[in-house]
Amino acid sequence: MSDSQATAVQGEAHNPALLHHFVTEEQQRDASSLGMWIFLATEVMFFGGLFCAYLIYRGWYFGDFGAASKSIDALLGGTNTAVLICSSLTVVLAIWGAQTARRGLMIGSLILTMLFGLAFLGIKGKEYKDKFDEHHVPGVSFSFEHVPIPGHPDQYANPRHAEIFFALYFIMTGLHALHMVIGLGIFTWLLVMAWKGRFTPQYHTPLEVGGLYWHFVDIVWIYLFPLLYLIDRHP
Amino acid sequence: MSMATATAQPVERVNYLNKEYGVASWLLTTDHKRIALLYLLSITLFFFIGGFFALLIRLELLTPAGDLVQADTYNKLFTMHGMVMVFFFLIPSIPAVLGNFLVPMMIGAKDLAFPRINLLSWYLYIIGGVMMLHCMLTGGVDTGWTFYTPFSTAFTNTKIVEAGLAIFVVGFSSILTGLNFVVTIHRMRAPGMTWSRLPLFIWAHYATSIIQILGTPVIAITVVLVAVERTLHLGIFDPKLGGDPLLFQHLFWFYSHPAVYIMILPSMGIVSEIIACFARKRIFGYSFVALSSIAIAVFGFLVWAHHMFVAGISVYAALVFSLLSYGVAVPSAVKVFNWTATLYKGSIRYDAPMLYAFGFLGLFTMGGLTGLFLAALGIDVHVTDTYFVVAHFHYIMVGGALMGYLGGMHFWWPKISGKLYPEGWARLAALIVFIGFNLTFFPQFILGYVGMPRRYYQYPQEFQVLNVLSTAGATVLGVGYLLPMIYFLWSMRYGKPAPDNPWNAAGLEWKTASPPTTFNFEEEPVVTWEAYNYDEIDGAHKQEVPVVG
Repeated sequence: MSDSQATAVQGEAHNPALLHHFVTEEQQRDASSLGMWIFLATEVMFFGGLFCAYLIYRGWYFGDFGAASKSIDALLGGTNTAVLICSSLTVVLAIWGAQTARRGLMIGSLILTMLFGLAFLGIKGKEYKDKFDEHHVPGVSFSFEHVPIPGHPDQYANPRHAEIFFALYFIMTGLHALHMVIGLGIFTWLLVMAWKGRFTPQYHTPLEVGGLYWHFVDIVWIYLFPLLYLIDRHP
Repeated sequence: MSMATATAQPVERVNYLNKEYGVASWLLTTDHKRIALLYLLSITLFFFIGGFFALLIRLELLTPAGDLVQADTYNKLFTMHGMVMVFFFLIPSIPAVLGNFLVPMMIGAKDLAFPRINLLSWYLYIIGGVMMLHCMLTGGVDTGWTFYTPFSTAFTNTKIVEAGLAIFVVGFSSILTGLNFVVTIHRMRAPGMTWSRLPLFIWAHYATSIIQILGTPVIAITVVLVAVERTLHLGIFDPKLGGDPLLFQHLFWFYSHPAVYIMILPSMGIVSEIIACFARKRIFGYSFVALSSIAIAVFGFLVWAHHMFVAGISVYAALVFSLLSYGVAVPSAVKVFNWTATLYKGSIRYDAPMLYAFGFLGLFTMGGLTGLFLAALGIDVHVTDTYFVVAHFHYIMVGGALMGYLGGMHFWWPKISGKLYPEGWARLAALIVFIGFNLTFFPQFILGYVGMPRRYYQYPQEFQVLNVLSTAGATVLGVGYLLPMIYFLWSMRYGKPAPDNPWNAAGLEWKTASPPTTFNFEEEPVVTWEAYNYDEIDGAHKQEVPVVG
């Protein structure tokens, strides 16, 4: 009851999405967007710990990391990079659709985004399967014997050090994939909201906030891709 | 209510406590004040669990021989004491209880920016807490709260993974609280509540939130790596497999050193409020005190490796971290000097909150100065892993953070409960806490300096006198902690109703009803005055002080 009292004070055409404790829609939009930016700052620190570990071991075990990196399929990784960049475009198109009140564009772009996300996870799964078949998954059956270090054909990579590379590879890409799965969950919800017609040119904050998250997950991949796939590719 | 003579009494005002009853109205609430009370109950429970472990530790150390518990049990006792007190009491204590209750009111908002996320953070705390309880009841952990690798990942056979996941979950609760505060302070301030008019409590919580947001994710990824390494036998931190145990310590302390500032900064905010109110003066050097909170948060991120001076980091790194650690002392000292200057020529009242604030001043200064001893490379090598370190950080965490928390609980109890606590008992309790605290921890400085290492359950005969003093002090301290709990509970039923502003204090929270209504303010406040305008509040009946010099 007091909810409606508090908001009724606002008088003019009231947006049902405006929560009771905000005075204006602008304040609510700013708060939501700032909240997501801060959350992304925590995500930067979360992945930052992993990147820090990666950089230290890359420095220590330079050649071993190069050899291990070379065993991953860069074509699959490259394809995934392209897929994710396209998905970021479709996110922006969805927001543009909401801003210009083009329902078809908005819903179509959301569906495309999710399809790109699923394609990414599928390709990722194929990559994991290959690594499993090659016994490159860290653990008891791990094997990385007699793999030459790039540039030093007479030296073999140390399997223990290559195992650290693969441990980081699986943890980093695994956490990234987990973020993709969460992103797909968020976009399912956005799609339902869009389908129900909740988003208007005036109010589409959830799309913008969800989009921020999606772009962030893409950017993490933009850093992961060269560090894990490209560090020792020579023409 | 049940009294037959109730007809003569005025009808009780509707407030956040009596608006609704029933379990669901509490467990599904999004009211920041109710969530604060949920947190209050939960952290008090964990405080007494952690205190129980402390009690057993002190009982074991009463005699030189290891007679009460075995060495393995002792290891678990100090580990669980540390984990519970750090992650489940100290870190959430002031932000999640008093911060939750007061941040929206102090800036003139109806609620935090994200009330549902606020409730979610409490549930995450409870899930983490249940995991930790389960971990404790099924065997616990014996690595020390720092769970250093490779002991934690390759050797111990206690419940590292479960404890780590509990810390992971409760860490998210902490992140969400910090996120909520930052957005609220940025976006929800009432008209006229400019940054330079914010209460120092808010500045302190803003600085705390920055640490929670940027530090906690690092410990989260660290415990994930520990859990993965332990379950899959990887070598990320295990030197036998090519990993680097120092990397673990860097990542761990990157969060866990700033975490000390998560505990102490909100307490400093409380002390600023209390000292200004009970000295009836605007805080001396407001902007310096405000910005020193931010400076502490920033510097706090640059000193972590002073925990690792003897762990094998390079001499040059140690030098730099030693210097930077001295740097943190500067903003801390700025605060202490400004509080002291505020007291100068103030009209000081010695009510219970002020006694705790005085206690804080002395004990925090002791803790801070001994911190400088430890930041000095030569002395640190001498007293590393001795009781000197234990005494030092208890002076900060208990003497500092906990004194501030208790002072704040007394100061705002009339607002929270709508009842007055018994002042005489409260002053007595403050005195008991102060005496008990010093009796417990001052002997530990001496013990450490003469060479008693921490984390041992036996010790040579010559250390017994000081250990007996410490255990006796812990008993006194325990009484000092039980007393407030008893009279706070008593006052909820029998206490005199509190007026809206019992201390005649500045600050928007005192312009609400006691206890406040669900949306805090009848109408949105407009702020036209500076913070701590005690000159205006006390106004006419204050004598002009002749200008000297």
